[in-house]
Amino acid sequence: MSDAYILNTLGDRKQMLAKIGAASVDELFAMVPASVRLKRPLNIPPALSEMELSQHMRSLAARNRGAGDRICFLGGGAYDHFIPSVVDAIAGRSEFYTAYTPYQAEASQGSLQAFFEYQTLICQLTGMDVANASLYEGGSSVAEAVLMAVNITGRKGKVLISESVHPEYRQVLATYLANLHVELITLPTPNGFLDPDDIKRAVDDQTACVVVQHPNFFGGLEEVESLAAIAHARKSLFVVSFDPISLGLLKRPGQYEADIAVAEGQNLGTPLGYGGPYLGVLACRKEFVRQIPGRIVGQTVDRNGQRCWALTLQTREQHIRREKATSNICTNQGLFALRAAVYLSALGPQGLKQTAELCLRNAHYAAAELVKVSGVELRFQRPFFKEFVVRLNADVSRLLTKVRTAGFDAGLALGRWYGNLNDSLLVAVTEKRTRGEIDELAAAVGKALASGK
Amino acid sequence: MNNTQSTELLFEMSRPGRRCHMLPDCDVPAVVDLLPASARADAPPPLPEVGEIDLIRHFTNLSTRNMSIDTNFYPLGSCTMKYNPKRHERLAALPGMADLHPLADDDSSQGMLQLLFEMQQFLAEISGLDAVSLQPAAGAQGELTALFVAAAYFRDRGDAERKRVLVPDSAHGTNPASASLAGFQSVQIKSNAKGLVDLDDLKSKLDERTAVFMITNPNTLGLFEGQIAAITEMLHAAGALVYLDGANMNAILGITRPGDFGADMQHYNVHKTFTGPHGAGGPGSGPIAVRNNLAPYLPAPLVVKEGERYRLDFDRPKSIGRVRSFFGNVGILYRGYCYIRTLGPDGLKSISENAVLNANYLLAKIKHTLEVPHGDRCMHEFVASAHKLLTQKKIRAMDIAKRLLDFGFHAPTVYFPLVVREALMIEPTETESKETLDAFAAALLRIIEEDAAFLQQAPHSLGISRPDEVKAAKEPILRWS
Repeated sequence: MSDAYILNTLGDRKQMLAKIGAASVDELFAMVPASVRLKRPLNIPPALSEMELSQHMRSLAARNRGAGDRICFLGGGAYDHFIPSVVDAIAGRSEFYTAYTPYQAEASQGSLQAFFEYQTLICQLTGMDVANASLYEGGSSVAEAVLMAVNITGRKGKVLISESVHPEYRQVLATYLANLHVELITLPTPNGFLDPDDIKRAVDDQTACVVVQHPNFFGGLEEVESLAAIAHARKSLFVVSFDPISLGLLKRPGQYEADIAVAEGQNLGTPLGYGGPYLGVLACRKEFVRQIPGRIVGQTVDRNGQRCWALTLQTREQHIRREKATSNICTNQGLFALRAAVYLSALGPQGLKQTAELCLRNAHYAAAELVKVSGVELRFQRPFFKEFVVRLNADVSRLLTKVRTAGFDAGLALGRWYGNLNDSLLVAVTEKRTRGEIDELAAAVGKALASGK
Repeated sequence: MNNTQSTELLFEMSRPGRRCHMLPDCDVPAVVDLLPASARADAPPPLPEVGEIDLIRHFTNLSTRNMSIDTNFYPLGSCTMKYNPKRHERLAALPGMADLHPLADDDSSQGMLQLLFEMQQFLAEISGLDAVSLQPAAGAQGELTALFVAAAYFRDRGDAERKRVLVPDSAHGTNPASASLAGFQSVQIKSNAKGLVDLDDLKSKLDERTAVFMITNPNTLGLFEGQIAAITEMLHAAGALVYLDGANMNAILGITRPGDFGADMQHYNVHKTFTGPHGAGGPGSGPIAVRNNLAPYLPAPLVVKEGERYRLDFDRPKSIGRVRSFFGNVGILYRGYCYIRTLGPDGLKSISENAVLNANYLLAKIKHTLEVPHGDRCMHEFVASAHKLLTQKKIRAMDIAKRLLDFGFHAPTVYFPLVVREALMIEPTETESKETLDAFAAALLRIIEEDAAFLQQAPHSLGISRPDEVKAAKEPILRWS
């Protein structure tokens, strides 16, 4: 049983050892000195059959409460959007998911063409000139975009980031910059958005880039056009982290002159899955193409003049440039780029617009219903897309616990990231939420608040 | 059999008005002007418009233009392309796992947290190290994370002048690239004639400026560093740390442990060693394991167990912070967990025994015809050289690689490691049968007898042949327009 996936029979082993000229398998490990050998079995649990494993995993899964169990109003960078079945059907093709990086173009045209299509779809989505074949996820994509900006501008002085950018993305960026002598300055957003006057005061000739999120972590819209203009006036780059779904309605990063646009691509057809694998989206102006991190697929012709695709611009990459590479990344999130490509083409322009409209209208309806509850008010007076912040006149974590027992994940307590928002809750509403679910949420919140007094 | 729906681009298939995914009508009251006019786009993005059957045919036909583990032997050296069990795919889709929000509270995630806690323990045990962070998204990010940890450790000790990372010349390119990103200078260490670390060169470059020695063991030539204990002692005596690049863990599971041979930290490629499907280039998952003295610097959160309850521990004041958002590439960790539970301790050891047996068998079958510069024996992979073929017959490693595709075999890794000329790096993995290895060896031996001009035009049966990569890079076309 423990040899579940091994095909070598005892007879095979004998023949193979004879061909090798070794007396035993153990002899093949002669290179490993006895002094460093492990002289006992590994201390891990004994082998399980598929049936036993399935039972065990089901019992673990039963101890979780996912979005199928509770009505999900959790957001903060990962969302319960609907995934059309075509996405799973295509991503479930094992010719895609059991292949690897398309080093041999002739044996990988399927993946290569799908990535070329993904790159095109991301350009169409964002209005940017070029996109790579994806990065790990939203947070490290912000860090990679900033490293790009530092390289492009040659400015190692400072990087400005808005406090309304996802707190975990900011933590990732701080980690990446900690050893590179680049100062990271976080601009406070007490009113739930970045005030253009604040950035005007902070940006200078040593600023590599200004980083904002739009819609921001609180769901609110930023003054992206003004912010971009302010950054550009000092020849700093403008980096934006966007929500792909929002672009069904909102202006695209290319339209407001973003230099580098990044995103968490989970909402393009990837399940929540407790945080990953997700999809890092990165697109930029074409003049920066040789500074892009990660894999890029290009169109070319083969020796017979036939159109085809291959990995390209590899001289940027670590396997050639080693310590001078633009990044250490040597993979993309191929399977999730494929999911995003299928998702975007399944929706098309009208489907994306309609999804965004449903999110927008559902979220505003939810906000209106929640503020009708005594003890709930909107925290910020900003236009928002699919997420918003409410202030409660009660203990946030106690309220969340009560509402959970009623079958709702009502939102995220913001106190863990923002000391000034201990009393506040971030509520996300996708196209999947119905009027009935929203009404029931408001009723459950009302009941919980009333019972708490 | 072929149709144009695969080679045509989605955008060329697009017809205004076609659609695949339909949405319900909005059931909440209509309100106008929810968004300021200045923020709104005039029109939605110009995405393609395709119907469902066209979309399905397009991508399904594209999938048939790939080689994959499920369709072909895939001996891509250094990538450990072993079989990806189907049970993992089914179990990963379980409700409660696939639909669990990353910011769900700990009480709603007890099953997931138990799995991740146990995975931390398994990886610690397999490495012989003390603490594990599952956060890094890929091997390269694991390496980078470990170097961030090393930098924080030396800073904390007031020893921040250690700015050098020593890297063997046979190492993966990610090693020096990660070193630069973590603010270190990398210094190259030579290999000796046997393909192992040149100890004299290492000694001459080791001093009080050395922070970390990054070593891949078994190394990229498929050889185990027999002097590893002496090497790690030397590094420790100089106050430096030893990082093990865990790329080749498939060779040593249950045989030897990096912690036992002196490594202070290592990364895993869960997608390789513990068989996450490679997804045509990702996702991976690159957890790191470290000794106790480095544990305080690991990224937060870790999973801890208190009584019978599991929780995420964010209270780690010396932590380097985060390297990605949310917990990690959980879907791959999940599959790795299923694999470890399926195999158990004996099964894991059997993986390495059979991986090494298969590699040595293949080596024995071809070494008399195709030169293998570094020896008669190997661990889980070996590196052959087409250098003699090039000088004698004008056959390059790339020609052999391309021609193998015609025989239905994916090519080995070529031109890596850099220390072998015309390298063909072959890793059969343990999940292949003797018959497959025999067929591969036969193809290889037949190919090197073929006419050079014919090989230079290979492959001959795959629809396309030899994309013009120079043109692709010189006049980049990176999107349809």
